Amino acid sequence: MTRDTRLAWINGLMLPLLNVLTAFAAIAIVFVFINVDPIEAAKIVIYGTLGYEEGIGYTLYYATNFVFTGLAVAVAFHAGLFNIGGEGQAYVGGLGVALVVLAFDPSISPWIVIPASIMGSLLFGALWAIVPGYLQAYRGSHIVITTIMFNFIASALMVYMCVHVLREVGQMNPQSKMFPETAWLPFIHDVFAGIGYKIAPSPLNLSIVLALLFSLLVWIFLWHTRWGYAIRATGKNTTAAVYGGIKPKKVIVITMCISGALAGLVAVNELLGYQHRLMLDFQYGYGFGGIAVALMGRNHPAGILVAALLFGILYQGGMELAFELPNVSRHIVVVMQGLVILFCGALEYIYKPWLVRFLAPVEVSE
Amino acid sequence: MDNSHIAIELIDVDKHFGAVHANDKVSLTVKTGTIHGIVGENGAGKSTLMSILYGFYQADSGHIKVFEKDCKFTSSRQSIDAGIGMVHQHFMLVENFTVLENVILGTEGGALISESLEKARKELTRLGVEYGLEVDLDTPVESLSVGILQRVEILKGLYKGAKILILDEPTGVLTPQETDELFRIFTSLKEQGVTIILITHKLREIMSITDQVSVMRDGKMVAHRQTNETSFEELAELMIGRKVLLNIDKSESKSGSPVLKVKNLHVSNEQGIERVKDVSFEVCSGEVLGIAGVTGNGQGTLLKALTGILPLTEGSIEVFGEIITSNNHLGPKILRELGIAHVPEDRQRMGLITEFSASESALLGYHNDKQLNQGLWLKKSLVRDNCESLMSAFDVRPADPKLKSSNFSGGNQQKLIVAREFERNPEVLIIGQPTRGVDIGAIEFIHKRIIAMRDAGKAVVLVSVELEEIMSLSDRIIVMCDGQITGKVDAIDAEERTLGMMMANVLNPSETNQEAQP
Amino acid sequence: MKHTKSSRLGGLIKKTSLALIAGAFVLSASIAQADIKPAVVYDIAGKNDQSFNEAVFVGITKYMNDTGIAVTELEPTNAAQVEQSLKKLASRGYEPIVAVGFAMANAVQAAAEAYPDTKFTLIDMVVGLPNVQNVLYKEHEGSFLVGVLAAMNSKTGTVGFIGGMDIPLISRFECGYKQGVKWQDSSMNVLANMTGSTPAAFGNPSKGGELTRTQIQNGADVVYAAAGGTGSGVYQAAADAGVLAIGVDSNQNWMQPGTMLTSMLKRVGEAAYDSYEAANNGTWEAGFRILGLAEDGVGWALDEYNRDLITPEMEARVNEARDAIIAGDIVVHDYMADDSCPI
Repeated sequence: MTRDTRLAWINGLMLPLLNVLTAFAAIAIVFVFINVDPIEAAKIVIYGTLGYEEGIGYTLYYATNFVFTGLAVAVAFHAGLFNIGGEGQAYVGGLGVALVVLAFDPSISPWIVIPASIMGSLLFGALWAIVPGYLQAYRGSHIVITTIMFNFIASALMVYMCVHVLREVGQMNPQSKMFPETAWLPFIHDVFAGIGYKIAPSPLNLSIVLALLFSLLVWIFLWHTRWGYAIRATGKNTTAAVYGGIKPKKVIVITMCISGALAGLVAVNELLGYQHRLMLDFQYGYGFGGIAVALMGRNHPAGILVAALLFGILYQGGMELAFELPNVSRHIVVVMQGLVILFCGALEYIYKPWLVRFLAPVEVSE
Repeated sequence: MDNSHIAIELIDVDKHFGAVHANDKVSLTVKTGTIHGIVGENGAGKSTLMSILYGFYQADSGHIKVFEKDCKFTSSRQSIDAGIGMVHQHFMLVENFTVLENVILGTEGGALISESLEKARKELTRLGVEYGLEVDLDTPVESLSVGILQRVEILKGLYKGAKILILDEPTGVLTPQETDELFRIFTSLKEQGVTIILITHKLREIMSITDQVSVMRDGKMVAHRQTNETSFEELAELMIGRKVLLNIDKSESKSGSPVLKVKNLHVSNEQGIERVKDVSFEVCSGEVLGIAGVTGNGQGTLLKALTGILPLTEGSIEVFGEIITSNNHLGPKILRELGIAHVPEDRQRMGLITEFSASESALLGYHNDKQLNQGLWLKKSLVRDNCESLMSAFDVRPADPKLKSSNFSGGNQQKLIVAREFERNPEVLIIGQPTRGVDIGAIEFIHKRIIAMRDAGKAVVLVSVELEEIMSLSDRIIVMCDGQITGKVDAIDAEERTLGMMMANVLNPSETNQEAQP
Repeated sequence: MKHTKSSRLGGLIKKTSLALIAGAFVLSASIAQADIKPAVVYDIAGKNDQSFNEAVFVGITKYMNDTGIAVTELEPTNAAQVEQSLKKLASRGYEPIVAVGFAMANAVQAAAEAYPDTKFTLIDMVVGLPNVQNVLYKEHEGSFLVGVLAAMNSKTGTVGFIGGMDIPLISRFECGYKQGVKWQDSSMNVLANMTGSTPAAFGNPSKGGELTRTQIQNGADVVYAAAGGTGSGVYQAAADAGVLAIGVDSNQNWMQPGTMLTSMLKRVGEAAYDSYEAANNGTWEAGFRILGLAEDGVGWALDEYNRDLITPEMEARVNEARDAIIAGDIVVHDYMADDSCPI
């Protein structure tokens, strides 16, 4: 094995694995402190997330959101952009879904309403990212600052829309009226029932197919098209990209559009797939979780699928733990998620020097 | 410090980096008070050897003696204490500190800095007088020219008690006049008993200044010579292990009509500072126009303007009937499509993307090419074939399109870039520093290719800081200083000394240049 | 008695103060057999929100201590988990399941449809299914009483109201309060502000304080907060300015002793308690439980913290109003009946 291959294995597989194991060890220590048997907790999490149909459904349902936001962060990252506005883009994507669905008459075929509302989520998510992208490219405002600020603006906008524009008459909750059933993305359990298999109902819906499809599309786009090449070249070396006839400003704006559109798809899973109405904070936490997912998945769709599954397990497993063990409050669940993000995100390279020294020592000095 | 006759003795120093044998039982003896040259191609192991001597790396085996005492360096601090000073290729200075502040950096002493500053001022003044190294101690380093910066680095070494100075490629950024000045300093240091180790790949410098010379090749020390007993040709042969032709056979140019016309060009760099001022020239098909000048005198900015990377502020460039002005900017993509190829000055930062595989770097600038794309797809197989054919045409080693670009040696990276730019049959070639940091074998190869392109009727613009290269490849030469053209000569009439004076702009009496010392 | 914000200790302490007002309930003293598996799902604010959810938490803690029956508590963190929690509890045979707050109506609807044999108790909102008990309060009646007290204590002729989220439910508090104030003194002026238009408005004490200071500058010298966790900022601002404040939901008199005039009690903890109790006795019924003054579902707080502020005259006047409402002599207009307030 060449040193390059060994380094690739270290970066791609061993580091994430070690980081996750470290995080689990840290969580186990926390559990011991609150008088919870870590082994029992692990059993609950594994059974609760992967052991029975409904649990698997919830795990995959949460994971679907993380795939979308993880891909969004990764695409931007390949252009050297740190898009931390996934939260706001997903939120506004929800507005796109709701406006399209509510604009259609309930009698119109799902074959028209659903694709149109998916387009709505893509379009609104992209719109919400294009402004920070433009400001970064042409005005030099840092994308981290502008996307964060756009999260706040999105929140204010959505409150306004939910409270004053789309609120159902006579409802106290700031939420839109129920989407007509023609606009519901079919649940996986309904799909299975349709072909003769009965599985337990869960919020898992066809969005997961969309998530897999978009993972594939992102992979093809980034590594097998000239536009993907331009994005990666810009991200790795802007000077060289300019030399190569690529216009980084254009690339930045386009990349942010794509990134925002991907984040907007969270709304498809949440609103078209499950909640069936626009509501406040439906995207809560998925945008930021996507950053950790992309980091852990090494900004590659395959890695993101795995990392998103892990986060789905954390979300669903946390719920299961809180359900089964009275000592585990929801705050402990947040601590668990925080530890995973800490070890897999912030401290992701902590083992690298040792691994490299033992497994792939430097060969060339000059 | 010591009256030993032998300053440095290395015995069987051995160093492996994984599978690479960087230093293979290297032995070296440097006599006190001499100038000792070490030559070798890139990757020959010179830098590793010096890094071991300076405590950056530890040798796997072997002995180091400094002034006849056994030493084992595990940090540069120990090496400094033993009397070794190092002047790096890239200066290690804090830009906005004064000379004095830079010199005491690392030896500040107590909590209050004023005391050590005063002590240092006295000591530095004494050293300056003694070695002919006068520098204004209170000038901020950022406002000094490179020649002076180098003096500061040398002073820094001496102030820390160095009796042995190691200089790594010290003349790369200097004008011939500054180089002469540096060599004068070497001579006076030598007279004061300081030992100098000069690492370079410029044989001319070795011949003119050193007492002894050692040649390294493939990690081994292949020869030690008294400089006055060897020759240019012998050293070159020792370095690359075979005879090379440093002078290029080239026929008379058969230049045709002008294809690139530059008129009253003004260009500002990325920071908005005007770096090209009122430059006009023409390049004809079938000729090489050499642009000489010390690094940072506007040639880089000119190259970027010629290739569409930077917009013009005034004037015009006419090429293939297109007139580029400040209002009509044509970007790199359009110019490349028109038939202008560009080998950039900085291959690491511009010419390729070090983290990409060779096949992807071999695509830079041509990723929209119809031959590589099928519909929406950028075909992996076509990309690989493209890279393989470039690699075989230009003998890039290893010929592995999947290998990361950064894992190729400098020469092979450059060959890949040159291949990419030359193989598309462009009409105009804009080439910057084609052989910087490239080993002799590759230099020869690239030079031949440039001449071949000229003979095929292409118009070539060549920017290089290596006068030798300019003189041997060009048909006509223009010299740039401070953004202006300060001389135009035909290559046949060019003399190194005249060009050097033009580079420092001292031929024209109406323009004065403070740094130049004719 | 010392009060801390530490949740557990606070809970215990409030349990004691709660005992003072729980007298109206006829409680079964016998230790029930653990033949029900009661559960509760708090809303996303969590059970320690110092307000609405916490009032339920206090009632449930009391139930556990009184009966020895364990109540399973869940605190979901997002909308999907609310429904998941309800369904999960139902699938494991828990019942009755108490759902806290109007925001859970959608989730209760879905869960109650999926588990039609499981008993759900929804506080503050209506889901019209045969296995859901909807507990609603006549907040306007309780607010009427504290409005009377506010008018009697105002020297400036101006009193204030700070609502949480701008929804009809909170307007019902406001409207009842205004009617009480005007009933006592028709020349009184009432200032009213809402903190915001989302659930976050129930947890924004700094904005509550800001609004209170503005109302005080405009002459208000008694301020009634119907704003959940936002209230603590209101009471603090009132105490700082030396004017009186009125708490809400649970007895909040202890929070700023000396300037807390009283609290409008909405006995949600008791609703959960009663629901479990009824289920255990086999008397749990679906449909509506609308709790007003007559049912002692709402009321006003009088304890050692505000004893000195309430003169016998005031007490008599408030009790007069209360009796009149119960007797039907005074009809307090319900804002939510027609989405408007006559005053």
